[in-house]
Formats: sequence, structure tokens, C-alpha cells
Amino acid sequence: MNWKANLFKDFSKLGPLIGLIIMVIFLGFMSDAFFTLDNILNLLRQISVNALIAFGMTFVILTAGIDLSVGSLLALGSALTAGLLTSGMDPMLAVLLGLLIGLGLGAINGLIITKGKVAPFIATLATMTVYRGATLVYTDGMPVTGLSDSFAFEMIGGGYVFGIPFPVILMLAVFLILFFVLKKTVFGRQVYAVGGNEEVSVLSGIKADRVKIWVYSLTGMLSVLAGLILTSRLNSAQPTAGEMFELDAIAAVVIGGTSLMGGRGRITGTLIGALIIGVIDNGLNLMNVSSFYQQIVKGGVILLAVLLDRKSNK
Amino acid sequence: MPNTPFAEMQGISKSFSGNQVLKSVNFSVDKGEVHALVGENGAGKSTLIKILTGIHKRDEGAVRINGKEVHFSHPKEAEQQGIMVIHQELNIIPHLTVTENMFLGKNIAYGKTGILNTKEMRKQCKANLERLGVSTIDPDDIAGDLSVGKQQMIEIARAVSTNAELIVMDEPTAALTDREIDSLFEVIQSLRKNGVAVIYISHRMEEIFRICDRITVLRDGEYIGTKNVTDVDFDGIVKMMVGRELGERFPERDYTGGDVIFEVKSLARKGLFDDISFSVKEGEILGVAGLMGAGRSEIMETIFGYTHKQNGSIHLNGKELPIKHPSDAIKAGIGFITEDRKSKGLLTDFSIGDNISLTNMKSVSSNGIISANKEHRLIAELMDRLKVKATGATQEAKALSGGNQQKVVIAKWLGIEPKLLILDEPTRGVDVGAKKEIYNIMNELTKNGVAIIMVSSDLPEVLGVSDRIMVIYEGRIANIFDRDQADQENIMTAAAGGE
Repeated sequence: MNWKANLFKDFSKLGPLIGLIIMVIFLGFMSDAFFTLDNILNLLRQISVNALIAFGMTFVILTAGIDLSVGSLLALGSALTAGLLTSGMDPMLAVLLGLLIGLGLGAINGLIITKGKVAPFIATLATMTVYRGATLVYTDGMPVTGLSDSFAFEMIGGGYVFGIPFPVILMLAVFLILFFVLKKTVFGRQVYAVGGNEEVSVLSGIKADRVKIWVYSLTGMLSVLAGLILTSRLNSAQPTAGEMFELDAIAAVVIGGTSLMGGRGRITGTLIGALIIGVIDNGLNLMNVSSFYQQIVKGGVILLAVLLDRKSNK
Repeated sequence: MPNTPFAEMQGISKSFSGNQVLKSVNFSVDKGEVHALVGENGAGKSTLIKILTGIHKRDEGAVRINGKEVHFSHPKEAEQQGIMVIHQELNIIPHLTVTENMFLGKNIAYGKTGILNTKEMRKQCKANLERLGVSTIDPDDIAGDLSVGKQQMIEIARAVSTNAELIVMDEPTAALTDREIDSLFEVIQSLRKNGVAVIYISHRMEEIFRICDRITVLRDGEYIGTKNVTDVDFDGIVKMMVGRELGERFPERDYTGGDVIFEVKSLARKGLFDDISFSVKEGEILGVAGLMGAGRSEIMETIFGYTHKQNGSIHLNGKELPIKHPSDAIKAGIGFITEDRKSKGLLTDFSIGDNISLTNMKSVSSNGIISANKEHRLIAELMDRLKVKATGATQEAKALSGGNQQKVVIAKWLGIEPKLLILDEPTRGVDVGAKKEIYNIMNELTKNGVAIIMVSSDLPEVLGVSDRIMVIYEGRIANIFDRDQADQENIMTAAAGGE
């Protein structure tokens, strides 16, 4: 490869980041409110929920899978955790159990996909409906309220550490851990390999089924973690929480350059993808653009990201 | 040759982004001639064909068809001049019928109605197949259910049906059984008789000497020469291809015998194979011969735990191995180089390094965390040991030649320091020079006590490399020969089910 091609390849990897920087500079000029500390922190807090789900989705998509159930799973996990809280359980224990429930619900997805040999799209389309239904049954369609006045639980969604919103810290901590997992661990390598070619991976001794079950479990757990941020902020669990969240999460992953075919992508890209979506929402709000138009812009950005990605991979 | 050749390429040069892949190459093929185009992987054969068929544009030189210079800008234009290519990767859509495949893109309809005239297409399909002497393919068969050999016949029939004047065949026999090769050669003979020109690309010298009239050799994008087949021999061609004497085709074996290290007892899997019992000794190479579809690869995949056995047991060093997954086999020290490199052996989009570490995660990590140092050291060591030719460990596997890809696959398995290495068609699609290197690696391994099982459809290779030869016929062991008892004839007889 000559240097021109190399340069182009490098730039295409940076594409989403450059896009983000251009957007930020543009919005800085368009709106005085954009570059205030309050607004930046607010923006980061807003994206933390989507980012957490999208981090899990990155793993799933790297294995050439997809998880449509994240939104419903978030609602079910949150409602069940809220139920535990109202029963008077120790808040920290309830949160821990809630995360385990998320892990379990995700593992069910993974088991259906691997042991039942159902395509991920279909399997999670089914559980998306089932989990949503189960949430409605459990909550009777009403928000679960009166959770806890525990400081620790309020902290999850509404707290600050050194002036930084706690959800942002959670998001960054999870990001760093998962970045390390993908880059430096055997499991991370296996995730890429399974997505690259499952047959080759199995013949190289990788237990592909186990890898996939873990990936869906991780996504389940992160979805409930994201749900608990919402639950904590609202001090109630909504039965309709998380509707359409799967789309924003998938969008963040795709904008970040991870291939839906699996095997190729980076979690850094997903973080940037989530930031791009957040900046669009936030910026257009500041500019008083109608939310109807916001959808068109968001869709356009997703399309642009994929088209650019396709070009750079030719 | 008195009259003008059908196709003539003169002084063809081509570079891709500054990298010259063809340097002033000459090539011509006459009507009714079968012309072999040979050279190691990366010599420029496919680029030359792509220029002939209009997929690539030439930088310099002239292409003449029937004496008239042409400038194809699209394969369709070449097709209109009667030039057809049968690619190594077949263009067959598996869930369509034979007829539908044959008329893909040129369906016959009732006038301009767009309604398909299936009756007419079926009739013509049958006629096309019969013209090739193929009567075992039903036009209504689903193409994907047929053997690769039969699928190949569909492609050839399709090419012939368009009144092709030149057919390019790229490694046409790679997936064919000996019988299918025979019938393919009959087809080629009849094409020749009808004045069709054939360009035949293959790594198999025996075939070239059997069927071709002339041979053109390319090396590193340069035109080395064109010879009549009758004027050269195997060694002469190989010398032209690699630019030096290669010496003996197979390295000397000095195996003297050892203890049994690996044993399989009455292994069975319903409908595929039954009652498979054999053993391999330390430092021994057991060759496994048989026809395509006899069940050889299936037996190996079962030994390795990729598919589940229904009966029987597997023993290494006298201990029974409960293999349920390839990871169990690897833990026990068994490596498996699969037949199909691209879909089962390599992560083609991944780097050489990633591919090599895939099987060696244990040795380069602790507590699940990979040590970059250990990993780089292992990759560098293995790439060096196998003399992998690449720009570096980060180069993508798909950018390598067939021989180098195979070396990467072998490297990934040497890292586990196997006690038993199973190689399934290890030299398929690999050029002569790299073949010899692979034989040398096998020799070196067995000197260190590694037992090797080598499945191969290349009979001279089986005879040249193995210490013992097991022949499989329809899922059963037909015979096991010692090296000095075996010859081409008794192996073929056993493989075909004879006594």
C-alpha cells in the first residue's frame, strides 16, 4: 500500500471523530449555550444511557449478531429492581440483583441463539416482545413508584462526584473496562474471531457458543444498568421505558464504524457514535429545531456514516 | 502456426498503485488449442486473464482477437467475442435448479412478454449437457445438491452453450474426483476438435502434460517462455517457474519406526463412515487416500471434535481422549489443518498475527490477559520458522498467496507444539516451491517425533510423502499399505472399491 492509501485509511478510521469535532465547532458558533460547562455535562449525562447499551451492543455486533431486546430488557430489569426496592430490600443488594437479572435475561437471548440456533434478529425480536409483555404484566401497566430514599440509589442517576454527574463516571468506567477487555484479553480476541468467521474460530478451539452467550449476557446487564440510571433519576420505573432504545444503540455502533457483518470495529467508535447522536439532539434543541426535523438529521447522519465507511473499505 | 491465433496478447504491462505485476508479457492461443498458463501464485496469471477479459485495463501492449485489436472495458464485451471464463470459485446459485443456473441472465421468454419459456430452456439445458456427454445431471436437480464436479459441468455446459470460441479454465480440477477429471478431459478434447481455444490454468503438472498442447510460463509478472508440451518435462517447467533447480520433488524420508502414539478404535458416524480403526506412530506420516466424498475429511473432523462421533474411541499415548469440542483436541496436543483454507482455516480479513495467535491464546496470556510481548515474540518466531513471505505480522491474510496463507495456517498450529498434526489437502492451490517447503516442514516435525496424518487427493503426493497409506472407500477403510507395497494402481483400485 502506498502512503496515499495509508493516509486515507487512517483518516477513514478517524472519520467519526472528525465528524464529531466539526459538529461541535459548528454548534459552538450557532449557539452560545452550547459551550457552557452545564450544557456539556448535561449532554454527557444524556448520552450515558444510550452509550452503556451501545457498549454492549458493540460486543454483540462484533460477533455478527444483533440485540433488539435491549429496550424491553431494560424496562423489565428496571421494573423488577424497583419491585425489590419497594419491598424494602437493601438498595445496594437490589441493584446487584437487578444487574444479575439483566445478565440472566441476556443469557436467555444467548441460549436461544446458540442452543436453539435461531438467528439473532429473530430471537431478540421475539424476546423484545416477551420482555415488554412481561414488564406490563408485572407492573400492571403502571409506573412502579415509592422506591427508596436511599442516598446511594439516588446517586446512581442524580449524583455528582467532583462536579461530574455520576452516570457520566459510570459510563467512562464501563468504557475503560470494556476497552481493555476488547484490546487485551483472550475473551476480546475471541469476540472478534467469532464475528470474523465462526467456523474458523471453532476449529481453532474457541467455544463460540459460550462467547456469544456471554456477549448477550453482558448486553443484558449493561441495559439494566442504563435502566437503573433512568429509574434513579425519575425515582420510578416506567413500564414503557426504553422503547426504541435499540435503534439509538445500534445507530451509535454503526456510526462508530463497527461492521454489522461482525469481526471489525472498535468500542472507541461507539463512544464517538453515541456522542454524535447526543450532540445532534442537544444542538438541534438549543437551536430550537423541531424534533420532527431532528429525526431527519439523525437518519441522514447514520446513512452518511455508513456510506463513508463503505467507501473506505473498498 | 500458419494462421492467425484466436487471441493474441503482446507486450502486456500492468501496474497497480506503483506495483508492477506484469512486465511485457506475450501470450497467444490458437483455435483448437489447449494452452496451459502456469506460474507460482502471484506470478500474474489471473491479472493477465483479467486483462484479456476486460476486467482490468492494460497499461501497455496490445490484445488482438482474430487479428483485430480490441479494447474491452467490461467482461460482457469479451463475452460477445466468444471469450468465457470458468472461475475457480463457481458461479452457481445453490438453491436454483440446473436449468435456472444455466440460463442465468439470459433467460428465454415467449417473445417479449417476460414470461419464461421453461420448456424450451429445459430442452436446451438437456441438450447442452448431452453435448458434453453428461447424462447423470437432471435439468431439474437443485444445483446445490450436486457434487462440485457436476456443478463444474454445469458451468462448462453454460460456457459451451454460448458458442464460446475461447474458454478460460482456472484450476478446473481442484475439486474434482479422478473420474470427473476424466470426463472433463473428454469434454476438453471435444471442444478442441470443434476448434474452441482453451486456456488452462493449473498447478497440477500431470494434467498439463496430459491435456495441453503448449505451455506458457510466467514468473514474477515476467514472460519466461512458451514451449510445446512434447519439448519439455516436469523438471524443465518447474525450473522455468521457480527460476532455479528445485531438486527432488519430495524430500527424502528416513523414518525408521516408533511407538504407536495415536489410535482410533471403531469410530463411526451414521451415514458417513463406520468401523474406522487405525493407529499412527511417533514420527510417522500416515497418508490417507480415497475419492472425493469417501468420508476422509469427515473422519478427521470427528477425530478433532468438530462433529460428534456416534461410536468408537480415540487414544493418545495410550489414554482415551474424551473429545467433545476442538478445544479438547487442542488441549491434548492435536492440530488440524483443514481442507478449505478460506472458509475453515483462516480469518481472511484478519492479520497474519491475529491468525497465528488464535490457537495460542493459552501460551501468550495469563489469567485471560494477553501479554503483547509474548504474543509478538511467538508470532515473529513462527513466521520466521515457516518463512512466511509478507510485509509484516499486521498484513491481512487475504492479501497473501495461497502458499503463504497455508504457511500461516501451519504456523498457527505449530505454536501449540502438537503431538499429532492432521493435514487435510495441505498443498491444494499451493505452488510448486511452497509445496516443497511444506513437505520439508512435515519432515522436520516428524524428526522431532510428531505424528502426522495427511489426507490428500494428489496421488503422487501421497506416495511421495507417506510412510503408510490408508485408503478410504465409502466411509470404510479399504486397505492400509506400507510404503513399499503401495503404488498408484493398487491405491486407485482400493479407492474405487476394487479388490
